[in-house]
Amino acid sequence: MTSNPDGNPNGKPKFAMCWAASCGGCEIAVLNIHEKILDVDQNFEVVFWPVAMDAKYKDVEAMPDGSITLTLFNGSIRNDENEHMAHLLRRKSKILVAFGSCACEGCIPGLANFSTTQEIFDAAYAGISTDNPNGIRPQSAWDAPEGTLHLPKFYPVLKTLDQVVPVDYYMPGCPPESHQIGAVIDLVIQALHGEATLPPPGAVIGAGQSTVCDECPRARNVKKITHFARIQDALIDPALCLLEQGVLCNGIATRSGCTALCPKAGAACVGCYGPAEGVLDYGARLMTAVASVIDSTDPAEINRILDSLPDPAGAFYRFNLAGSLLRAGKAAWAADRVKA
Amino acid sequence: MSKERIGVYVCHCGTNIAGVVDVEEVAQWAAGRLKDRGVVIARDYKFMCSSLGQEMIAKDIHELGLTRVVVAACSPHLHEQTFRTACKRGGLNPYLCELVSIREQVSWVHTNKIAATYKAEAVVSGGVERVLQQVPLEPLHVPIHPATLVVGGGIAGIQAALEIADAGYHVYLVEREPSIGGHMAQFDKTFPTLDCAACILTPKMVSIGTHPNVTMLTWSEVERVDGYVGNFTVTVRKKARYVNTELCTGCGICQEKCPKKVVDDIFEAGLGYRKAVYTPFPQAVPKFPVIDRDNCIYYEKGTCRACEKLCPTGAIEFNQKDEILTLQVGNIVLATGYDLFDPRRNPHYGYGRLANVFTSLEFERLSNAAGPTDGKLVLRDGITEPRTVGIIHCVGSRDRYFNNYCSAICCMQSLKFAHLLKEHTGATVYNFYIDMRTPAKAYDEFYQRVLSEGVLFVRGRVAEVTDAARLRGEEGKLIIQVEDTLAGKQRRIPVDMVVLAAGLQPRHDAKDVAKLFGISCSSDGWLTERHPKLDPVATMTEGIFIAGCVQGPKDIPASVAQGAAASARILGRIHQGEIALEPIRASVDADKCSGCRICNDLCPFNAITFHADRMVTEINPALCQGCGTCVAACPAAAISGTMFSNEQILAQIEGLLLLNLNPERAVTYASEAVAA
Repeated sequence: MTSNPDGNPNGKPKFAMCWAASCGGCEIAVLNIHEKILDVDQNFEVVFWPVAMDAKYKDVEAMPDGSITLTLFNGSIRNDENEHMAHLLRRKSKILVAFGSCACEGCIPGLANFSTTQEIFDAAYAGISTDNPNGIRPQSAWDAPEGTLHLPKFYPVLKTLDQVVPVDYYMPGCPPESHQIGAVIDLVIQALHGEATLPPPGAVIGAGQSTVCDECPRARNVKKITHFARIQDALIDPALCLLEQGVLCNGIATRSGCTALCPKAGAACVGCYGPAEGVLDYGARLMTAVASVIDSTDPAEINRILDSLPDPAGAFYRFNLAGSLLRAGKAAWAADRVKA
Repeated sequence: MSKERIGVYVCHCGTNIAGVVDVEEVAQWAAGRLKDRGVVIARDYKFMCSSLGQEMIAKDIHELGLTRVVVAACSPHLHEQTFRTACKRGGLNPYLCELVSIREQVSWVHTNKIAATYKAEAVVSGGVERVLQQVPLEPLHVPIHPATLVVGGGIAGIQAALEIADAGYHVYLVEREPSIGGHMAQFDKTFPTLDCAACILTPKMVSIGTHPNVTMLTWSEVERVDGYVGNFTVTVRKKARYVNTELCTGCGICQEKCPKKVVDDIFEAGLGYRKAVYTPFPQAVPKFPVIDRDNCIYYEKGTCRACEKLCPTGAIEFNQKDEILTLQVGNIVLATGYDLFDPRRNPHYGYGRLANVFTSLEFERLSNAAGPTDGKLVLRDGITEPRTVGIIHCVGSRDRYFNNYCSAICCMQSLKFAHLLKEHTGATVYNFYIDMRTPAKAYDEFYQRVLSEGVLFVRGRVAEVTDAARLRGEEGKLIIQVEDTLAGKQRRIPVDMVVLAAGLQPRHDAKDVAKLFGISCSSDGWLTERHPKLDPVATMTEGIFIAGCVQGPKDIPASVAQGAAASARILGRIHQGEIALEPIRASVDADKCSGCRICNDLCPFNAITFHADRMVTEINPALCQGCGTCVAACPAAAISGTMFSNEQILAQIEGLLLLNLNPERAVTYASEAVAA
């Protein structure tokens, strides 16, 4: 190839995707763009994508700095291996995208920030469903007869990608919707051909500018919450706003872009697309909004209504705890300080 | 390096600030450490609010080309306007001035001088960061419609209406009852001068009724208020009177001939009767009666029509319907008054169970020459004069089970009752009080007079009023059980009559009224004034004023003063022709708003409208008072408030934490990538 929009005479622009602390759903979502994956292959040279091809970390380390044009980084920073990869790919990449909710804001793994490392390990390596008679816990180093084995070191506080390295773009969602991924890939390809311009750095891409309500077809009235109901406990009017029916639907505070899939299917929005543009703390925003429409001025009655909401922290901060202003519970923070 | 040129002024406030904060140090610190943030001059001065201090700012704006000003002095409540005006005089948009408090929030609350100085520096730093985010704003100018709505035709409302009407502007006076006059019309004498209430009130009522500038809407209620200061549209329901007021002469034949007697719970406080067609009292204004549909035999049974047959002018109209009127007004006075505490709620005092326990309002009617007993002070049987009377103070007031506040009028009212009882019956009168409160002009003299008349005073809260006699001499009497805290013993005092000085309460529907007019009320239900001392008749909503007991318990002189004060405020507005509103407003970014409707019912000023066609919410800038409720509630951050934007607040926090001293910002790689 003689002319390449990337200015790289030796081949196509390079693409990488990396999987840190996450479930793998983001990887599946990328593959779920169907035949558009061929466009990726046609326009990019995939140099690193552990879930799809064989490549070693040392291969990446050997690449020149800034040689990867586009890296989609999914998953949050749970251990020092994740952090190492974040720094490495930051150095090697021109455009680093925090891809998916874990990388953007911590997502479900981030809820572990309410617990200490000890509590997390106890949940994982002890308990009734675990057969671990010797009470073995992960160690970062283990002396075996053949030599010392190393395992990634577990961090007391899970971090988002931009809490360890600067990030160029954020692509929210758990996982990001495939049609949005397709659109972003199209945009990057067009930008590489000089046919489009990328949004300013720091922007959220592959999502809308409003909230889920914007895409939700349910009818809305003035809100007044007199009780909270779980979806299985209430007779839900399929045409009416879920929040008005007492189901804590996070759509009011969640960025649009998913086409309101969950509320359309009768399930409450859980907030995976993260905060709306300009919102600093998703959970705090959502809580203030919901608190504003609790329909009572009597403290006892207000308490009764709030008590009907199980696990408020998990409900309001399900995806955003690690990315929130507080980031973690006090005990986890204290341990993190000791580590630092 | 900021492109703005900021002047920082640190006030000594005499020793108020300088006694604790090292103000020179703060100024030097700002000049040095905040230079990179744009501070070009930082001065300290004895009194920044003095003319010389203000001139200093204006001069620096001219000579140094300042584009932003930060004054570190007292609370913005005091002098924000002063320094904004100073900046304006210097040619700078007044909203580019930031007043940060190092007095109320620093020097007055700290004793450690070093720490206080550090804190003052941080506060200044926060102000500098905030002022950098500020934008020039222009006040909103709205015209003032010259007509005024007064709601409530008691003495406060009457006074307000007359003042405005006499000044030459139109007033709509809306009253729920068939006649204006309010509670004062029910009284016989007024303390401390013992003027006849009717003699001083009815001339004012007549003036209202005949005034060319007053449209009196009795038997009417406000149903809806739209618009904002200067331009209110008010919807009033004029209830059907079933009497054609064009034809009625007020002769009273209908009332005389009506066969249906009804206990008058309102004007006669349940002590007397009225007819189904009635005016509440002979001097009622207007003179036209109303037919009480719930009690009229014709509406009950379909026959009778005695009033219609006998009316000499044919004024009775049984098919009359409620009328809905739409009024345009510029300002509104709320003077909807109070309700009396219902003493049934305190069963220990036996009201409603023991016949000869009366409320204060019942006693007013007993003592009124036009009342049910023609002014004779008698027991419930209507003939027996009491020989001993106990007046119990603070019923429902100063009582943590009911209302914590003092109802203000009951001490003087009880003294008046005691005097009238002495004068008319010569009875032995006891006053059971907690504390005597007689603070206004000539009030304590009246107390001394009543003392000298031989009225007895027992200090202590009455435990119980009972008819269960235990001791000799108690048979057939009401016994007042009380701890006499001055004598230090329990006493049982048998009396013939008990008068309960019931406290004043907000109207039962005060909260609905507050909501209807977009203003706030205290947890008790009294409507809230803009400032308890310096702005007692304005409310937080521009164009809505309050007067009389709707704001809190008060006597007639204070109610009259408030009515007049409210009208003075309004007349000033009308004369100016327009009003400049603070441009501190919330607005909705329509692109971000998804129409979730969380905010729709939250605005205390009814400034929020939802457009169902576009599925977006909009805020009316003239109605918005910039309180920020919706800004905080919006889950999408689609609403922002000028002067309190996220950027301004976050910048101020960064400044307070001194994060601005480290200007290093994260370098983004994307710009390089795109550039490459």
